[in-house]
Amino acid sequence: MEFVYLQNQTQHIIMTQKVLLNSKEVNIILHRLACQLIEKHLDFKDTILIGIQPRGTFLAERLKKILEKEYNTPEIKLGLLDITFFRDDFRRTEKPLEANETKIDFIVENKKVIFIDDVLFTGRSIRSALTAIQSFGRPSEIELLVLIDRRFSRNLPIQPDFRGRQVDAINNEKVKVEWSENNGEDAVYLVTN
Amino acid sequence: MKELSVDHLLGIKYINKSDIDLIFETADHFKEVINRPIKKVPSLRDITIANIFFENSTRTKLSFELAQKRLSADVISFSAAQSSVKKGETLIDTVNNILSMKVDMVVMRHANPGAAYFLSKNVKASIINAGDGAHEHPTQGLLDSYSIREKLGEVGGKKVVIVGDVLHSRVALSNIYALQMQGAEVKVCGPKTLIPKHIESLGVTVEPNLRKALEWCDVANMLRVQNERMDVNYFPSTREYAQQYGVDKTLLDSLNKEIVIMHPGPINRGVEITSEVADSSQSVILNQVENGVAIRMAVIYLLASKIQ
Repeated sequence: MEFVYLQNQTQHIIMTQKVLLNSKEVNIILHRLACQLIEKHLDFKDTILIGIQPRGTFLAERLKKILEKEYNTPEIKLGLLDITFFRDDFRRTEKPLEANETKIDFIVENKKVIFIDDVLFTGRSIRSALTAIQSFGRPSEIELLVLIDRRFSRNLPIQPDFRGRQVDAINNEKVKVEWSENNGEDAVYLVTN
Repeated sequence: MKELSVDHLLGIKYINKSDIDLIFETADHFKEVINRPIKKVPSLRDITIANIFFENSTRTKLSFELAQKRLSADVISFSAAQSSVKKGETLIDTVNNILSMKVDMVVMRHANPGAAYFLSKNVKASIINAGDGAHEHPTQGLLDSYSIREKLGEVGGKKVVIVGDVLHSRVALSNIYALQMQGAEVKVCGPKTLIPKHIESLGVTVEPNLRKALEWCDVANMLRVQNERMDVNYFPSTREYAQQYGVDKTLLDSLNKEIVIMHPGPINRGVEITSEVADSSQSVILNQVENGVAIRMAVIYLLASKIQ
């Protein structure tokens, strides 16, 4: 267990941070998820990966790389989907919503779409993504892949089809996923405020 | 993240550089949205917007309506010709009647400068100025800068000349504020009668010679000659205006560089610019119209997010 103490001048906050997965474990899980995807989608001829912005894109790009480089899958189509304008909490949250890039340069009509996100929590982002993707056509089916599935915290009847690790976390705990592209090392933490 | 520093868009004068940056970033995302097969997002499905146009408008009204519909807002529109204004109702009464039908935002064009500001002080709704007399037309100012940014990469450091009927133009003032805020250099060019006195106090310089102005600039924004606002003759004839201040292909090709040609529309073809120039590759006139929808979506979205 690793503890991080953050302090600012006005209030004293103690934040504890527990490592859920280290980089080696993340790597094993990524390879397992890649194999599960191949098992189901074979050569990915009619399958498209969609990374949910902002945090799902690292995972999606990593999986694409593993599938292409290590399992010799021919080039996989990867899109990035931003759900900001489709969220159901516009004007209902204190925090202004910040949009990210959407990049889907192909038609999703009649394709098998796999949504990829880092953490599945309330399920509301995925609900938004299900609406957002319709702007690009009618997929023949949609599946969901997540690295971390926070059990017992869903607001909506949404479950992943592929999951990296199931985590039981209570409300004031937060699951934080870090990627080497961003911070130097792959890891998943459980943060308690 | 950031939000706008204002609750209304009354003019560029009332916002700051980081507001403009935020509007442009948001517009980038909406520009992607309006190029999707299905060009609509559900963000504003619980917002109702009234478009009140006391002056004629085709492009701005259409552009606002389209932007609102692309954001899934409910829209009601009216123009003064059909309204009770003709029966003597005051502006505040007219708008309050509309607001009592649970309207959250008002987009207004009015012939009197300051009408939008006046409204914002007297009614409870978010106000967007779609043109108030010869004062400001902020969304046009924003979309012009946005189109320059799109074509040339950035606005800062660019040289922009505003040509023509500056006196009657609300586009000119919004452009001057927006461009200067972003670090561009602005000149105005036109017949002396159509350049307002003391315009130098805004930090712009006056260049009476069109060729010199074009040789200096990166972008030329050609304003429409607003005949409908001219109570007296400001120049001897349209033909003479076109000869002195109109841009044709020969003039454009004789410059030692490729400048960008803009026009807020509607164009008087053959007066401010010839058809050849309007339709040339240097013209971004139709891009301005496309960008208008994205900019207005961004403004409406950002203001709506502040409605309680």
